[in-house]
Amino acid sequence: MELSELTASQIIDRIKTRAMSAVEAARASLDRIESLNGSIGAFLRTYPDYALARARQIDEQVASGVDPGPLAGLPIGIKDNICESIGKTTCASKILENYSPPYDAHVVEKLVRAGAVIVGKTNLDEFAMGSSTENSGLQRTYNPWDLERVPGGSSGGSASAVAARMVPVALGSDTGGSIRQPASLCGVFGLKPTYGRISRYGLVAYGSSLDQIGPFANDINDIALLMNVLSGQDPKDSTSVPADYAPVPNFVEQLHGGVAGLKIGLPKEYYAQGGLDPEVRKATNQAIQILKDLGAELVEISLPHTDYALACYYLIATAEASSNLARYDGIHYGYRTANPTDILDVYFRSRAEGFGEEVKRRIMLGTYALSAGYYDAYYLKALKVRTLIKRDFENAFKRVDVICCPVSPTAAFKIGEKIQDPLTMYLSDIFTLSANLAGIPGLSVPCGFTNDGLPIGLQMLGKHFDEATMLRAAWAYQQATDWHRRQPKIARS
Amino acid sequence: MIHEVTDLQYTALIGLEIHVQLATRSKMFCGCPNRFGDEPNSNVCPICMGSPGVLPVMNRQAYQYAVRTALALQCEIAPFTKWDRKSYYYPDLPKNYQISQYDLPLSRNGQMEISLPDGSTKKVRIRRAHLEEDAGKNIHDNPTHTGVDLNRAGVPLLEIVSEPDMNSVEEVMAYCRSMQRLVRWLGVSEADMQKGHIRFEPNINLHIVRDGKTCKTPIVEVKNLNSFRSLERTVIYEIKRQLTEWQADPETCSLEKLGKQNRGYDDARGQTIFQREKEEAHDYRYFPDPDLVPVTPEPEWITRMREELPELPRARQKRFAQQYDLSPSETATILEDRATADLFEQAAEAGVPPKVLCNQFISFWAMHANQRNCTIAELGLTSAQLATLATMVSTGVVNATVAATLAERILATGDDPRTIAERENLLQVSDSSALEALVEEVIRENPGALDDASKPGKKQKKAFGFLLGQVMQKSRGQANPKVVNELLLKRISSP
Repeated sequence: MELSELTASQIIDRIKTRAMSAVEAARASLDRIESLNGSIGAFLRTYPDYALARARQIDEQVASGVDPGPLAGLPIGIKDNICESIGKTTCASKILENYSPPYDAHVVEKLVRAGAVIVGKTNLDEFAMGSSTENSGLQRTYNPWDLERVPGGSSGGSASAVAARMVPVALGSDTGGSIRQPASLCGVFGLKPTYGRISRYGLVAYGSSLDQIGPFANDINDIALLMNVLSGQDPKDSTSVPADYAPVPNFVEQLHGGVAGLKIGLPKEYYAQGGLDPEVRKATNQAIQILKDLGAELVEISLPHTDYALACYYLIATAEASSNLARYDGIHYGYRTANPTDILDVYFRSRAEGFGEEVKRRIMLGTYALSAGYYDAYYLKALKVRTLIKRDFENAFKRVDVICCPVSPTAAFKIGEKIQDPLTMYLSDIFTLSANLAGIPGLSVPCGFTNDGLPIGLQMLGKHFDEATMLRAAWAYQQATDWHRRQPKIARS
Repeated sequence: MIHEVTDLQYTALIGLEIHVQLATRSKMFCGCPNRFGDEPNSNVCPICMGSPGVLPVMNRQAYQYAVRTALALQCEIAPFTKWDRKSYYYPDLPKNYQISQYDLPLSRNGQMEISLPDGSTKKVRIRRAHLEEDAGKNIHDNPTHTGVDLNRAGVPLLEIVSEPDMNSVEEVMAYCRSMQRLVRWLGVSEADMQKGHIRFEPNINLHIVRDGKTCKTPIVEVKNLNSFRSLERTVIYEIKRQLTEWQADPETCSLEKLGKQNRGYDDARGQTIFQREKEEAHDYRYFPDPDLVPVTPEPEWITRMREELPELPRARQKRFAQQYDLSPSETATILEDRATADLFEQAAEAGVPPKVLCNQFISFWAMHANQRNCTIAELGLTSAQLATLATMVSTGVVNATVAATLAERILATGDDPRTIAERENLLQVSDSSALEALVEEVIRENPGALDDASKPGKKQKKAFGFLLGQVMQKSRGQANPKVVNELLLKRISSP
């Protein structure tokens, strides 16, 4: 059977039972990237030598009866803002184009220890700032369902790689929707876990209080499998949460409980959004109807501060970004301007030449929000609004177990369609960024297609550290539908 | 040119920011060694180098040291304290922000009592003490480029901010020396000036009374003074400079007009140099560091930390005055550091007269410690050696001169002083028959002096002293001066 037809857990089973070798899996993945990446542009870099050597080790372990771990031989793609010491980590920015991290991110250590095989790094909007991957300073990425359209962003490389079955799974990061929105636009599963569930150590920071690493897959079981490996406290990340506060369940074992009696909240403010595309609305409603048919109970809820989420997000995320990106100054590493006249010239020109437009826009916005005289009106006010948004969700989750809503107001849009209008682009994340502000988990589930054959995602939002309930609902839905099995034509050719 | 100005009625108001490097094993937010003097960039890791993707983790020992110091300064410990980022661009600051504490420092509202040279005491209020990370160092040893050494980047610093409660250079020096002693006493810092463990930033202005009105000069902050000498010179210079400038142009030289200013100290010229108006100061864009979690110490833990504080120098000074009848000026040397004070007490407990013991600390033990650039406790002496030597003096077995000699021998050999004295035949001679012969010998050799000493007059006292000295010399210092004195008096009055 072709690698592209297999889920991650099927591949792992085959490798563990020697029905397939890890080398075969790695080679198949690398071959698919080789043949498809030219049209899709999902990967910035592959590591064939590393991947095949690592796969050989896995095969040797299996052959000698040693358990290589729960992800034995699983090929995986990693968003290029997650550090590893195999090659470079560029954040798709000219300023880090030749940067090789001296260390591995915590999630990379965990993946490698679990037996996964990193095959390469995927494209993103520069420093994860964007909703279409068009802000990549290095490469364009195309939606596998329609090569004239964007894959979403910022984790557009990981989403399109999984959609095109170049890899069965990939990692992304989500600050305001950067996993869920591209997952939706590419028709795959994408999970943003609860803030603090997975260590951020080694994830190049954009908005530190919002960033969270999460998995992409074509099967909800694979999402659960990766969550089992990635979750848990890391002493190197003070914001990762200890097990006595939030125990890590076995997500795979908890998938199969069904949705009978599950209370699903439908936020009325989300459905009242003017920009919601009718086809997306229809698909979302149908998906919710299926969940109801499976035994879930639908409850209308209110998230009264929804209207303020976008402004709140763009103040907090950019304020943090302006500080997080201060270190890219041409002094210690990364791009340095040629022939500077003095130290200030090094700073000014290295940053002016190294950063792209959107990154500069957000740095300036964030710097402004934190400046003396503006701090109270912008940053501090945004923090207060954030508390209100959190409270909205706390109140809602007193009545319901999971919230269902669209991921993105539209399906994949055309390349170039929104790039000249940042504010319209920002609206792509209108349904996703509240989860980051509140710190709650969010999941994108394939739930249908537009008439033009573009995928649509259903968003599930869960309580803090209750990814399990969301995953259970998604598993039930996956059992009842086959959206997740559909592959773009380019993947089948 | 600065002139002495004495005919004005003014008060200097001086506050201090003191940065103390804490002697933790590792840095403030990573596991790198906190160590001075290693090869540049050898104590670094991705975290303190500010590599993309790294995260800080608070060093609990640093927080504990900071709380210990704050408690010793009688500060309130905040039940909730957080970390903030202070943004500015400088090559020695790899993240281009410093992790510090802005509006919710770990402690506030303390005080420190200081002793002044005239014997009086004063309380200096502490506004706040907070933790932050140190920056690295730019190294300008090359004409074409500047080097950056990040060994110091991320080393924990405790910033202690006083109210402007000091009014003279003497008070400033007393405060800063007390602070140095305190942090050493608490074991939280080596406080070695040579290694930059303490840096001072005084802020100074004058309140000058003219026609019944108080005129305030601009508040001047002088950055980064790393020796007591430069601190002292800066404060003296600034007071004079502000007076002179105010006299030349009282309208312009005012706080209302100029506000706050930063000046730098130029060691070569012994002057402060204008840097910038505070209004032009950086906007540091402080905001809470999202990578760190707030610290919320349990009240029980704070209580325990308070209980575990050692007896502090001031308290010990008061107890020594009561228990041993020693004045603050006498105990200053003993109370330089905790181990020396402990050593003194252990020796005193053997029943030695404290005054004698104390005198030996002040006279020769302090001298030897000074020569070796260490504390008295670090000389390697046992309390038994100290007690024995003091007892030998108090019981008249040796005199002060021989005691000083014995002190050198003890340091050289590590032996018991009594053993050394017996071995080297240094015990004091109080036996009058043995000394009488020496007295006779001296009188025989100096008939003129005997003559002068016998007759009342100008020369009598001097001649007597001469004869006494001669006898002491002949005895190689071992003669009991009291006995010799008596013998000489007897001999003079009955020729």
